[in-house]
Amino acid sequence: MFHLSRTTKWALGLVAAAILTLMYAPLLLVMANSFNDAQISSWPIESFSLRWWERAIESQAILDALWVSVLTALGATAIALVLGSLAALALQRYSFFGKNAVNLLIILPIALPGIVTGVALNNTYKNILEPIGIHVGFFGLIVGHATFCVVMVFNNVQARLGRMNPRLEEASNDMGAGLWTTFRRVTFPGFRTAFAAGGLLAFALSFDEIVVSIFTAPPGVETLPLWMLNNMARPNQQSLLNVVATVIIIVSMVPVYLSQRLSRDVSAN
Amino acid sequence: MHDMRRPTAHRLSTALHARPRLRLYGLLSLPLLWMFGVYLVSLAMLLVTAFWTTDPFTSKVIPGFTTRNFENILTTSSYLNTAGRTVGIAFLVTLLCAVFALPLGIFMAKVASARWRNFLAMAITLPLWAGYLVKVFAMRISFGENGPVNWLLDPFGLSGPGYGLPAVVLTLTYLWFPFMALPVYTAIRQIPPNLFDAASDLGAGTWRVIRTVVLPLLMPAMIAGSVFTFSLSMGDFIGTQFVGAKVQMLGTVINQNVNLNPPLAAALSVIPIVAVGLYLFAVRRTGALKEL
Repeated sequence: MFHLSRTTKWALGLVAAAILTLMYAPLLLVMANSFNDAQISSWPIESFSLRWWERAIESQAILDALWVSVLTALGATAIALVLGSLAALALQRYSFFGKNAVNLLIILPIALPGIVTGVALNNTYKNILEPIGIHVGFFGLIVGHATFCVVMVFNNVQARLGRMNPRLEEASNDMGAGLWTTFRRVTFPGFRTAFAAGGLLAFALSFDEIVVSIFTAPPGVETLPLWMLNNMARPNQQSLLNVVATVIIIVSMVPVYLSQRLSRDVSAN
Repeated sequence: MHDMRRPTAHRLSTALHARPRLRLYGLLSLPLLWMFGVYLVSLAMLLVTAFWTTDPFTSKVIPGFTTRNFENILTTSSYLNTAGRTVGIAFLVTLLCAVFALPLGIFMAKVASARWRNFLAMAITLPLWAGYLVKVFAMRISFGENGPVNWLLDPFGLSGPGYGLPAVVLTLTYLWFPFMALPVYTAIRQIPPNLFDAASDLGAGTWRVIRTVVLPLLMPAMIAGSVFTFSLSMGDFIGTQFVGAKVQMLGTVINQNVNLNPPLAAALSVIPIVAVGLYLFAVRRTGALKEL
């Protein structure tokens, strides 16, 4: 029998605890600092207050950025839900020439560095489309986000389809249901939770994205991370940055937590 | 009865039912149109732009064909040094992620109880989603002059690395660690327990089991994780900007040239594309790409 000695177990446990502490300490630091009363957050925190949260809620620039982020994430998620599900159905249910290439093409936007995707889209918008009179504007930002969000929905839906019983669809067809009826009453209910889980991940991925946003946001449009970036070098904005960062942490982590719950509940059944 | 009222829809459904290929094309057309039309065409146009020139006065791009941008990169030592530094940092970050992921994965899969295991799996996934910029910001505060790292080390008479190359490596490791930790943990769980038993029954000690049984079986997962840690490090410029002091990476130089000299930025972007491409090609035969 393989067993680890007590000492090894303790050592492994200590390493694991240290790694988790290191992973969460910086995030908790930012969250704690958002309640730091000091103008330029110093460590350790001497007095706590809500005044930076109040200031942030009053700031039009931050509220505008929050609205842009939500709108972009919703748009990108909607596109990703449609494209990701279609691609998952195609790749899971059919075999065809070039299947691996299609798979790779969908993963590519998150496998290549964000700056490559960003610079490539920026180049298309500014040096190809603009000279011929097409201004993509705000839509360009949503297009950029949707491109790397597709894979989130695709992965979740494809994995679920793989675990579903294909006989159910055959049975539905045999009993006279049309393609659309079968999809609506059998296939879609089967992967509905994976669809939702993928959508939540896509939303979270888009909401805190920065690199592609830098290169695809039109002038004057700021997402919440872009607002952070533009204010990061200014020491007197430090305290507001802590608040915005805390908002981003919470708004991105909650959908991911829910998405994991959705996926787990189904695999438990 | 239901279908009789909608004859066109009915005919379409019947036609599609009889022709699975048509169904496949129907499903594939939209996603492929998007990924080709938006993404691949943009990547291709980026490569084309790398051969164009810029008007030095207006910063407007001029279509044409010249290899001058690439010659410029290959003969300028600062570009070459930056490229070399970037690849080096990407490898170092990948190595550090793997070194930390192994004990964590073994602890989660072999020591922790089922309850803890699920909790820990969630705990290492969540920070992945906390936002790249948020984490860079957190590291910037941590390594700052009056930040918590120095505050912790001060009683021991030590001080943190401050902003610079070590801070860049640590920050990138912090950023991409979950990409390595998750696949490694999943892979350790998937190794049949009786392999561990067989190895130790035959007399192998703990380290020997890890070295000769666990590590070889983990390679595909580590490589899958390393694709992300390597590729994401190759493209970083924001982390470097905020914790790197004067350190420059490829992303820094690309970002500087996007508006001033787009063709040069495009030519520089070819370096991470080629590096990641070579990396994917090198690891393709291990079968790891299926795990992405």
